[in-house]
Amino acid sequence: MGWLAPTAILVSLLYLGLLFALASWGDRRAEAGRSVIANPYVYTLSLAVYCTAWTYFGSVGVAAAQGVGFLPVYLGPTLLALLFLGFVRKILVIAKAYGITSIADFASARYGKSGVVAGLVTIVALVGSIPYISLQLKAVATGVGLLIAHGGGRDVLAGMGADTALIVTVLLAAFSILFGTRHIDATEHHQGMVLAIAFESLVKLFCFLAVGLFVTWGLFGGPFELLARAEEAGLSDRLAFTGTRLGAADWFVLTLLSGLAALLLPRQFQVVVIENLDIRHLERASWLFPLYLFVINLFVLPIALGGLILGGTVGEADSFVLALPLVHGQSWLAIFAFLGGLSAATAMVIVETVAVSTMISNDLVMPILLRMKALGLARKPDLTRLILGVRRAGILLALLGGYLFFQGVGEAMGLVSIGYIAFAGVAQFAPLLVLGIAWKGANRNGAVVGLLAGFLVWLYTLVLPSFVTAGMLPQSLVAEGPFGLDLLRPTALFGLAGLNPVAHCAIWSLTVNTGLVVLVSLLTRPSDLERLQAILFVDVEQSRRTPRLWRGEAKVGALEELLVRFLGRPAAEAIWREEAARRGRPLGPDEPADARLVERAERQLARAIGAASARAVVASAVRGETVGPDALMEILDETQKVLEYSRRLEQKSHELEAATAELRRANERLRELDRLKDDFLATVSHELRTPLTSIRSFSEILLDNPDLDAEERAHFLRIITSESERLTRLINDVLDLSKIESGRMDWQVAPADLGELVRAAIRAGQGILAERGVTLETAIPAEPTPVVCDRDRIVQVVLNLLSNACKFVPRPGGRVRVELRRRGAVFEVRVEDNGPGVPPSQREAVFEKFHQLTGDLNTQKPTGTGLGLTISRQIVERFGGRIWVEDSPLGGAALCFTLPVAEEVTSLAA
Amino acid sequence: MLDRPVARLVALALVALVLFNFPTLAIVERIAPGGVPLLPFYLFGVWAAVIAAAAWLIERQGEE
Repeated sequence: MGWLAPTAILVSLLYLGLLFALASWGDRRAEAGRSVIANPYVYTLSLAVYCTAWTYFGSVGVAAAQGVGFLPVYLGPTLLALLFLGFVRKILVIAKAYGITSIADFASARYGKSGVVAGLVTIVALVGSIPYISLQLKAVATGVGLLIAHGGGRDVLAGMGADTALIVTVLLAAFSILFGTRHIDATEHHQGMVLAIAFESLVKLFCFLAVGLFVTWGLFGGPFELLARAEEAGLSDRLAFTGTRLGAADWFVLTLLSGLAALLLPRQFQVVVIENLDIRHLERASWLFPLYLFVINLFVLPIALGGLILGGTVGEADSFVLALPLVHGQSWLAIFAFLGGLSAATAMVIVETVAVSTMISNDLVMPILLRMKALGLARKPDLTRLILGVRRAGILLALLGGYLFFQGVGEAMGLVSIGYIAFAGVAQFAPLLVLGIAWKGANRNGAVVGLLAGFLVWLYTLVLPSFVTAGMLPQSLVAEGPFGLDLLRPTALFGLAGLNPVAHCAIWSLTVNTGLVVLVSLLTRPSDLERLQAILFVDVEQSRRTPRLWRGEAKVGALEELLVRFLGRPAAEAIWREEAARRGRPLGPDEPADARLVERAERQLARAIGAASARAVVASAVRGETVGPDALMEILDETQKVLEYSRRLEQKSHELEAATAELRRANERLRELDRLKDDFLATVSHELRTPLTSIRSFSEILLDNPDLDAEERAHFLRIITSESERLTRLINDVLDLSKIESGRMDWQVAPADLGELVRAAIRAGQGILAERGVTLETAIPAEPTPVVCDRDRIVQVVLNLLSNACKFVPRPGGRVRVELRRRGAVFEVRVEDNGPGVPPSQREAVFEKFHQLTGDLNTQKPTGTGLGLTISRQIVERFGGRIWVEDSPLGGAALCFTLPVAEEVTSLAA
Repeated sequence: MLDRPVARLVALALVALVLFNFPTLAIVERIAPGGVPLLPFYLFGVWAAVIAAAAWLIERQGEE
């Protein structure tokens, strides 16, 4: 069978070439906008990159040794798939909303865009990937070795040369580099790659089923005969739980770990989250992905049992899938079996290295290089060659690490044991990821400390013992603990013995990790950016309800939605009506938007939210690119500014309203004053005309009748004189009043004795009193009555009241009484008479301008100006007093006023 | 997707978790008709049932 190995190698190379062609075709279709992978079936098949050489070869190995013990690795992802819509969906929404490119990017963005978190996650992912890649190398190398050495029978199984592994490594590295770094597309989707691995998932499924069917029905007479033979061979313990050599806790923890790994392994995150084209694909994948796992596992137990029945040993069981067809002369089936294994391995290596190398370049190396100012990279226009170089180096690093691990450790361990190391390693991302999307309180310090601690515990409890197993470290380290410290034994830390090493590591590392994330988050303060990012992640559904934005090209509906969001519905609909009218047909929401429409939308948005933000949000709709964290911050910032601006506008308009109201009030008052002034002028004119008319008419009489007798002439002349005097008084009063009211009165303020002033006024009024035959009584105390006032004005007030009283007293028998007394803090002056009095309804009106009490009992004609009391009130109030009318004990009116007592010489001077 | 099917899927996941773990497995372990342990058949059977239930919950949604 010398043709077997060359044929197998030739078929393999052809197969890899086919993958290339498939990937290029997928990429071209994507560029042409006719994606072949935008459906839930290809998505599900791409998720099946979960099934690697571990599944293909390793599961049979585990089943041979531990029966159904291989199953938790697939039950976990089944449970995860049931949570696709309840939990994973949120991660996808976040990743799409913020343009996430890897799990490191995701963690970093969540924790305040921290470079430390990104770098740490990248390192953990790289270190965790190395054992897993070495598993693939080992499987392929074993397969190749088996094919080459076939003919010598089963004894070749053990004779694996390291050279084969190195050749496989180099080939796989070259293939991955060619495949994964053809061009830079960190933010775009690798549609060609996804198509290729989906195809590989089909290939490995069919090849494995073919081997399974061959073993079950070809080598045995069906499953029941197989079972019966297994029982005969004493293998029935492989069907019982005891045969798994796992405890209840081990089983549970392995299920949990596998579920987490199906999301957190770098390649799984890549296909589940990053490469997802439509979130709705998650729905059907929730049951299709478990179905795939179910089907590919159906024949694991039959193949394992069959191999054992036919004389294979547990140690060789990892090769049963290939060895069983080989030893039974099925060369072509063997080639297919090898091809399936190669499929499983290459798919894993391609996606894993693409994911890890993207992280290495984006989240570890480039940030450091860009920060090194000496290199001046930030100013270089084109960094693509450098980035590609870094990624290629990353791929080489991962594969070389895998090779070295295989050389050092891998040969001594089963495939699955190696794989579990990776599972437990990436599970360290779970606390910061799960808490990160569910709990806003989780912060960067917590994430860094938790992840670092979990990583160290993982290294100590799982990686270190694997070195011991490989003989690179002394056995005593695991058996007795470092320095003989029993409590620190890596596989039984602090006495937690009796567990599977993987479960033991997972329990310790995840407990420490989660505990520290929570504890440190609670004890330290997050930065503002961290808080903002936390809100954006945890409340992502509330902040971005824009499911259509993620479809490749811009849809009319998506653009309209943007406009509605930023401009409001009426404005957006008006624009849309206009555009529809211009085209002469309505715009359907699902038709692609042309450049004009996009441009129009951007211009309208720019008016509302600023140019930079408008570009960012429109770009999100046009290219299917999501808005990155920086753009989002910018939008938030600008929106903040717009809000602030509108708040200030509102405040201004409130102020304006208040000012307007005040103006209106002032205006009303002015108009009222204007009206009063008009009234006043009309009254004054009227009052002036009365005496003027009489002066004029008497003057004319005198002029026209020169022969009037002397007595009559004298009478007329007296009337003219008295009317002139009245006119003068009137004018004086009007002047006084206007001076007082306008505040231009020249007050002569000085200390004075009120009693003195009253006596002076009485002396001045003697004439009037005598003229009218009025009897005057006075009651003015002799002691000092100090006030501060304008002497002349107060005298004027008293005189005014006195003459007023004289006007109304009966003649003869008129009585006027003037009294001054102290009442508390004021002096009160009362001028009482025995006239008709003032009815209560008139008592306030007498102080109004030109108010004249009719009923001057003597002349029936007003003799005053009608301004006296008005002026008096102004004067009294100017000096802090009060003036009013009340009933007098004499029977008439009492006009009273008060002035404050000046206890000391206080200055009231204005 | 509405919220209700999502909640039902989460409930299904919890039920599956119980069915795939102890103490349920301890009960199954005791059943071995004719000396052949039932466990593998039980695990694959429950697995298939869970997948069928999930498919029913999700695909029924599309028709409504």
